[in-house]
Amino acid sequence: MNDTENSEKRAHRTVLELDDVNIYYGNFHAVKDISFPMYEHNVTAFIGPSGCGKSTVLRSLNRMNDMIPSSRIEGSVLFDGENLYGDQVDPVLVRRQIGMVFQKPNPFPKTIYENIAWGARINGYKGDYDELVEKSLTQAALWDEVKDKLKQNALRLSGGQQQRLCIARAVAISPQVILMDEPASALDPIATGRIEELILELKEHYSIIIVTHNMGQASRVSDYTAFFMVDSNRTGYLQEYAETEQLFLNPKHRKTEEYISGKFG
Amino acid sequence: MANIRRKPTITSYVPGTILFLFALISIIITIGIAVILIRESYLFFNDPEVDLWGFLTGKQWQPMINKFGILPLLNATFTTSIIAMMLGIPVGLCVAVYLSEYASDKTRAILKPVLEVLAGIPTIVYGYFALTFMTPMLRGIFGEGVVEIYNTASAGLVIGILVLPMIATMAEDAIGSVPKELRLAAYALGGTKLETTFKVIIPAALSGLSATFLLSLSRAIGETMIVALAAGAGPKLTANPFEAAETITGYIVRISGGDVSYNSVDYNSIFALGLVLFVITFTLNLVSRKISQKFHQEYD
Amino acid sequence: MRKTTLFGSQTEIELAIKQRKQKGFVGQVIFIAATILAVLFLMLLLLSVLDSVFGYMVVRNEIEPSKFVPGTNFTQEFSREDLERVAEEHLSSGILRRVIHEKPISDRSDKDLIHIIDQYIIKPKVLRTWGLWDSVTKQEAIEAFVQENEGAQMVFRSWISPSFITSDQSADPLQAGIRTALLGSLWIILITFLVAFPIGVGAAIYLEEYAQDNRLNRILQLNIFNLSAVPSIIYGLLGLAVFVRAMEPITSGSMLLGFSDNTANGRTILSGGLTLALLVLPIIIINTQEALKAIPDSLRMSAFGVGATKWQTIWYHVLPASIDRILTGTILALSRALGETAPLVVIGASTFISVDPTGIFSKFTTLPIQIYQWSARPQGAYRNIAAAAIVSLLILLLVMNSAAIHMRNKITKKKRLL
Repeated sequence: MNDTENSEKRAHRTVLELDDVNIYYGNFHAVKDISFPMYEHNVTAFIGPSGCGKSTVLRSLNRMNDMIPSSRIEGSVLFDGENLYGDQVDPVLVRRQIGMVFQKPNPFPKTIYENIAWGARINGYKGDYDELVEKSLTQAALWDEVKDKLKQNALRLSGGQQQRLCIARAVAISPQVILMDEPASALDPIATGRIEELILELKEHYSIIIVTHNMGQASRVSDYTAFFMVDSNRTGYLQEYAETEQLFLNPKHRKTEEYISGKFG
Repeated sequence: MANIRRKPTITSYVPGTILFLFALISIIITIGIAVILIRESYLFFNDPEVDLWGFLTGKQWQPMINKFGILPLLNATFTTSIIAMMLGIPVGLCVAVYLSEYASDKTRAILKPVLEVLAGIPTIVYGYFALTFMTPMLRGIFGEGVVEIYNTASAGLVIGILVLPMIATMAEDAIGSVPKELRLAAYALGGTKLETTFKVIIPAALSGLSATFLLSLSRAIGETMIVALAAGAGPKLTANPFEAAETITGYIVRISGGDVSYNSVDYNSIFALGLVLFVITFTLNLVSRKISQKFHQEYD
Repeated sequence: MRKTTLFGSQTEIELAIKQRKQKGFVGQVIFIAATILAVLFLMLLLLSVLDSVFGYMVVRNEIEPSKFVPGTNFTQEFSREDLERVAEEHLSSGILRRVIHEKPISDRSDKDLIHIIDQYIIKPKVLRTWGLWDSVTKQEAIEAFVQENEGAQMVFRSWISPSFITSDQSADPLQAGIRTALLGSLWIILITFLVAFPIGVGAAIYLEEYAQDNRLNRILQLNIFNLSAVPSIIYGLLGLAVFVRAMEPITSGSMLLGFSDNTANGRTILSGGLTLALLVLPIIIINTQEALKAIPDSLRMSAFGVGATKWQTIWYHVLPASIDRILTGTILALSRALGETAPLVVIGASTFISVDPTGIFSKFTTLPIQIYQWSARPQGAYRNIAAAAIVSLLILLLVMNSAAIHMRNKITKKKRLL
């Protein structure tokens, strides 16, 4: 089950691992038999045609699928060895350690300062909030742009800035993993570029899992890539998983190669 | 980074449970209404001087001589409500059509607030209007010998005005829910606005409109203060709307507003009447809602 | 070239189209007429009320003020010394004793003394009143009436006035005011709000945020809709049986206060407030649900994303974002409760009380009930004060609704600017 390659990368421990995961929405079998690891301080990308279940799998990593009443999961999602869907696991605690950035930037309709401070506050942060806000905004490469307008409403920022604010909001509670669901798809190319730069910086401190439909993006930012496909029953499955360089330059499966070269979307 | 993810939380269930209990209060209210009405009605029917058949079919309501026939009250309720519908439905429908198909935005911006204001005026004001304006006007038109000082026609007409905004608003919603494509198709075939409205749109909106009418009928039946002031203060079985007659609601409010001791037949009787009223309006409301849901399923 | 098709000749087709267009025009006229009719009804309603608020009245005094102070027609014309002198010398001994006991003559205001002198000595009696329109158009007829009645005078009166609002109930329409009724209404609305708002908002939060789509919750939803359409008089019957009768020890205050010193039994402000709370509860629930539905899900998702519990998400994000619409809807629901008459009559509002309500265990009457009682009396002047009371009620409702809309605009503006 492990995909160990002899690469120049440092050997990283597995921070998240999907083990024989099947997800259903009611009677609909959304994804089947998903098994692969994700490594600490790496960027792992999920790619694949639309409807292949990559967002579904992403949401299962921080129990956001719980929000959908009909969803059901089989198999285990291991975080540091513990099954996220085990007994007595509190999704609230899971989400404190595995954060999420959404496709459409959705800052709270509050001040920039409050956007960052609120998550920390409800999680019982006892340190200096001003410092925390500055640190988080710096990590999200937003500090210089907003440092003298922290009390302004977050909705007045541009799209790209809002998204970086959402990233800052996510890092403020010191998660181990950050999940990103097509974080740049609603942004213009320049803002997208900045987000991509940011992701490469962030992996220093966090593990990043990113869903993207943009293959260029996947090849630019990720260390590992999981390629999902969908079968004739519209059920998603994992077609191939490898180090990004490997997957893009030398894919093992024909379907992978076809997708990468744009033969289908 | 500790892996503490286990926490048996009981306190996290507290907000949801409390709020659920709040929501449950609404069920308690309905059960309360049913229990109270049924219980007191049971006491009423248990009284040796009262029998169910006589209640439902009796033509006289005179507690003094132990006559408890509901027909006079029911008839008056029926008369006022029908008159109300005869005024409210045509006018309300026309207003709805106008608002939905013909009116410019500017006109709508004036009309909708007018309807809202009409809808917000307390019914007691309508009652005053019925007694001090409508009745004298009817007496002026038809003659003082024909129209009594208290009469069901006055009350009925004013109830019609009362439900007019409701009919107009709900009917406009129903008409507006009909998809634009239907209209466009009719126009493309060369239909005039009138033809399109009456032959295409209204039939399409028919179930939504039916729901509106049932709901407004229920409202008219349950109306109290207008009839209390203008319709009359004594049960009378008559087909003449220019005569005074007391409705179910008028009777309830008159008796309970006076001195009535708790365990008397009079006290229990108002609950029996309340039960009849509740059953009628509840049925109308339920049917209306079912029709309306089906309607929205079709078009939303 | 004339073409004849299955639809008829060219001329036939053109004729048919012309007729159809004419019909369409007629239809349009009808629709506009109906709309004008609706507007007309509203204007008629308001004008007929206003008409009775101002007008001439013909009064006759039992004893003329000029008997005490020559040259005067009204008590209002007396000087201060005159007022005190007349009061002390001409009030009957029993009444004088009582008046002084409440407050000495010299401590009383001019208005107060005028009031007392009018009530106990002058005793003006209204012979007949006219509405505004009649007052303007039928002046000769009114003057003729004055001539017919010895000692009568013609006075133009505005039935709504500051003293109308501050006076308490009285059997004499000239003296009567809405103070007691107004206070009763306000007290009851306060109770209604305190009870219905938290429960209503709470229930709505449950239905929108917590409830899954199962049978129980669908029944809950349907039930709330049905409750909102129940005739208001049924709530009166419910209140009578439950709050006034079954819960009498609580609602009359005897449980809390030991033996209460009023004879209200269960017919108190508390019962009235609770009854109306049941009535407005479904409205508040439905309105709050709509407000919550309007908040996009992305707000909730982003809060969950940083590890918030459901309640934290609702309390810190969803509620603040929807509070403006919730409050507006609540105020509108309360203004509906303010105008309710039937339920409160059924649970037993007092027909005549002279004491202002002092707390939730007091007997009560409300403004709509006062209007009802005055409207029901045949004597002319009662119609006028009923109209004045109606105008007061409408103004109160107007103020409430404007406050609701104003508040909503203010909060929405604040949200947008922030």
